[in-house]
Amino acid sequence: MKIQQISMFLENKPGRIIEPCKVLAKNNINILTLSLADTQQFGILRLIIKEWQKAKEVLEQEGFIVNVTEVVAIEVEDKPGGLTKILEAIEETGLNIEYIYAFTFRSGDKAVIVFRFDKPDLAIQTLQQKGINVLDSVQLYDKANQ
Amino acid sequence: MKSIPFENVFWEKEEIMNPGERKILQLERLKNTVDRVYNTVPFYKEAFKKSNVKPEDIKSLADLKRLPFTVKDDLRQTYPLGLLGVPRSELARIHGSSGTTGKPILVAYTRKDLDTWANLCARFLVSGGLRKEHVVQISFGYGLFTGGFGLHYGVEKVGATIIPAASGNTARQIMLMQDLCPDVLICTPSYALNIADFAMQSGIEPAKLSLKYGHFGAEVWTEDMRKKIEEQLGIMAFNNYGLSEVMGPGVSGECYLQDGMHIQEDHFIVECLNPTTLEPVEEGEYGELVFTSLTKEAFPVIRYRTRDLARLDTSPCPCGRTTIRMSRVKGRSDDMLIIRGVNVFPSQIEEAILQVPGIAPHYLIEVTRPNTMDEISVKVELQPGFISDKMSEMQSLRDRVLRKIHETTGIHINVELLPPNALERSTGKSCRVIDHRKLF
Repeated sequence: MKIQQISMFLENKPGRIIEPCKVLAKNNINILTLSLADTQQFGILRLIIKEWQKAKEVLEQEGFIVNVTEVVAIEVEDKPGGLTKILEAIEETGLNIEYIYAFTFRSGDKAVIVFRFDKPDLAIQTLQQKGINVLDSVQLYDKANQ
Repeated sequence: MKSIPFENVFWEKEEIMNPGERKILQLERLKNTVDRVYNTVPFYKEAFKKSNVKPEDIKSLADLKRLPFTVKDDLRQTYPLGLLGVPRSELARIHGSSGTTGKPILVAYTRKDLDTWANLCARFLVSGGLRKEHVVQISFGYGLFTGGFGLHYGVEKVGATIIPAASGNTARQIMLMQDLCPDVLICTPSYALNIADFAMQSGIEPAKLSLKYGHFGAEVWTEDMRKKIEEQLGIMAFNNYGLSEVMGPGVSGECYLQDGMHIQEDHFIVECLNPTTLEPVEEGEYGELVFTSLTKEAFPVIRYRTRDLARLDTSPCPCGRTTIRMSRVKGRSDDMLIIRGVNVFPSQIEEAILQVPGIAPHYLIEVTRPNTMDEISVKVELQPGFISDKMSEMQSLRDRVLRKIHETTGIHINVELLPPNALERSTGKSCRVIDHRKLF
């Protein structure tokens, strides 16, 4: 059920974010969604890519240090209170959310959000017990192609 | 020639001594010092033996070059007070090197040494306008650091009124200036600029404060900084020089002509040497200053290598003082950085960095002076296995580096994390320090 996310550590300097993107473009690799966390000095770029193994390989060939982490993609009702409902459910479980970001596409009438938990397996199990729809990678990439 | 803004008076007649007579005095005092250190300081006896020289070999000033050098590390090795020339019971005060954490370098003074020191400070203070009727604000740190107490007793010797404001709390410094109207400010040049800036920000015109003169030292500064200080504070700014190992401030200082610092040659012999060959440089060339004390009782030093690069001028100064003059210190012959008055070696920063798991042994130290205060930052590379997608982990790794550097050096350094291989690898001698301060 987990989704592979790749991340890179970048200097917070003009031109730094374009470099990995160029590598992916050159290799015809599409980014499904991304998030950039930044401080004054550095940034962390996180990417969800269907062909993540290939992306990792080409980026590493270009000298980037690429980390792979597992994140969870959750369907959220695309209406007021939709995200709150999910967050409340997570809060009840006591799971800690490291960060979240959203996909640009919808799953039917629902939005899809990426959650980074410390314990993704436990998170998935708990969320499913609460009736929350967690997408696996096949479902996710299918929806991205629709 | 500059017009004299105040009467050109001399504090002591030795300042205008005939140079030939001074040489005779120097030789007599050198012989005395050499004899004394050989017989009372085991370290020097040992060093003299290694250099195959005995006190009786010193027959002329030219024989000075036969004597061994003393370096900062000798003081460290003999910590706390292994180089004393008198019994401990004779000591009147102990001072130490400014800066670095860990063991400081300690030096000591007898009653007579303190009196000499105060007189030597009085010499440059008076040559730079200080008079008995003046009020002096001393904004140097008071403590082991020689700046505060050294100048304090110099001013007291002249008989002026002292406001021992010490350093810091700039708002209060300005309040005291407004309320007590000091004529003279004594501090580091960067702190003088800081005071001026702070006043301006508080809506106070610093040039309208009562200050007339300033005596600044304890750090490297430039003519541009002098101009800025003089304009902003509406004063004449004078440079002075000294280091605790040799005595403290007062080893040399400027007269009203502001054209080189008069070295108090009746108390110190100066040499200007090529730091690599340790041979004298051509007159007027930059070299490392090496001092031998001639009158110090508690802590005599023989050929102490200061690591400070400057040049000497033997031409007579129109002020009438007959001593040799030294230029501003241009830099150091080792890699020591002086950051806001604190001595920092890049090796200390390196040592700190290497203690933090996740940080690669590649770094670049950059020193800047964005406004008036020195800023230091260090760029460090991450090791691949320690890169996380979580901001919290990266931030705490950065905090660990920051803390470790603070523990080792005592100063706060801005730490920048870089991805692996971000720093240029050098093929030869790596350049790990870039000083952007443009001090020269």
